[in-house]
Parts: sequence; C-alpha cells; structure tokens
Amino acid sequence: MPSIHALANPARFLKLARPLTPALFWIGVLLIAIGAWAGLTKTPPDYLQGETVRILYIHVPTAWLGMAGWSGIAVSSITFLVWRHPLSMIAARAIALPGAVFAALCLITGSIWGRPTWGTWWEWDGRLTSMLLLFFVYLGFMALNRADSDRGGDGRIPAIYGVAGSVLLPIIRYSVVWWNTLHQGQSIGLTKSTIASSMLWPLPFTLGGFTLFFAGIVLMRMRAILATSKAEARMRRMAA
Amino acid sequence: MNPWPFVIAAYGVTFLAATGLGLWSWLAMRRAERK
Repeated sequence: MPSIHALANPARFLKLARPLTPALFWIGVLLIAIGAWAGLTKTPPDYLQGETVRILYIHVPTAWLGMAGWSGIAVSSITFLVWRHPLSMIAARAIALPGAVFAALCLITGSIWGRPTWGTWWEWDGRLTSMLLLFFVYLGFMALNRADSDRGGDGRIPAIYGVAGSVLLPIIRYSVVWWNTLHQGQSIGLTKSTIASSMLWPLPFTLGGFTLFFAGIVLMRMRAILATSKAEARMRRMAA
Repeated sequence: MNPWPFVIAAYGVTFLAATGLGLWSWLAMRRAERK
C-alpha cells in the first residue's frame, strides 16, 4: 500500500486513480440505489412523522458529506502548508464543488423535510444557520482559489482559508447542544442510535454509497485539474 | 398534509443534482485528459 508521501507523486497517483475512479463511482451508485429503494419501500413509517421520515436516507448522507468535504479541504490545506505536497491543494480544489453541492443539498432536503414536520421551510436557528454559513464558506473558497490561480499565486492563501474555515465544523456539530433549536439532537452515533433498527438499516447503504460516489467525483476532478495543468505547461513550453 | 410530494421532491432534487455533478465532472475529466 503506497504511503501518503508516495502518492504526492502525480504519476503514481494517476496510476492508482485511473482504475479507482470508475470503481468508487459505480459501487457508490449501486449502494445508493439499494439504500434509496429500501428506504422508500421496505421500512415502516415513523409513528410521529409518518412517511416524511424517508427523507432521512438522503438528508443524513448529504449533511455528512457537506461536513466531511470541508474536513478533507482542511486536512489537504494543512498537508500543503506543512509538507508542500503538490497534490494536496489539487485535492482541496477538487473537493470544493462537490462539497458545496452536498452542503446545498443538505439545506434543501432539510427545508423540504421541515415543512411537513415543523410547519416551516426555514428557521434561523443554530444548526440551519451554521450549515448555511458552511455553504457560503465553500463558495468563498472556490472564488479565492480562482483568484489565486489567476494571479499566479502559490495556493498559500486558499490553504490558510481552508484551515480557518474548519472552525465551523464543531459549531455545526454541537449547535443542537449549545442552542435551543428546532432541529433534533444527535440520534445516530458510531456505536448507538435512538432510531429503531427496522428503520435504520438502509441508511448505511446510502451513507456509504454517497461517500464512495463523492470520492469518485473528487478523483475525476483531481484528474481534470492535473491534465489541464499539464496541457497548460506544455503550451507554455511550446510558446517559449 | 400528503407527505409523498415532499419525499419525492427531496429524492428528486438530490438525484438530479448528483447526476448533474457526476456528468459534469466526468465530461470535464474526459475533455482535460484528451487535450
């Protein structure tokens, strides 16, 4: 198994990424399909929320990936700042768009779930507002990256922003504990859950499926960035 | 209130956005690697 340092070599990374990209993507799609089908047809409705509880099987994975995406950006940014790995900022840039899309999907599916459950599409409470902030932080990261590469920057400023933005993650995580909120408290943990297993079992399928799908997308975007910078370098050499 | 339009809307938006994201990323990768 190659170490992280060995993967910093783009050629070695590409050798691994080429077969991994379709594998992650399609296994992810298959798991999502199984989880969504089971979540829509095989689980009982909730005694309180009724059928709307089925939104859980897509809302939880989108929330997880919205936050995991930024964790990936923060780790990549630290790796770039400390070790100057050439691939780490490419990884951070590749994560930004899918991370923003999943943060937006978390807000949209949450809002759709909120209307029949809470009687409102939106509430300015701790969890919803901090998640909305994370979405804007993603947009800021993408704009900063573009501005940095346009002016030929070395990626240090977006990397610092990537680390600083991670302050939002514990705020989102503990917002339901620190403030009074319409959003329910944590009901799913690594070792225990307050949700009945007859309702919970499709969730690992959609959670794992969307995670693999996300990883496949990130690899696609990293390969696109690498190929574009290689083509640009070749054109610069030809022009010189 | 009929819950199914909400459930279908949530799944529909998620699958549409995920499909769009997947397609866009795949096309961008193919285009860049062909250059």
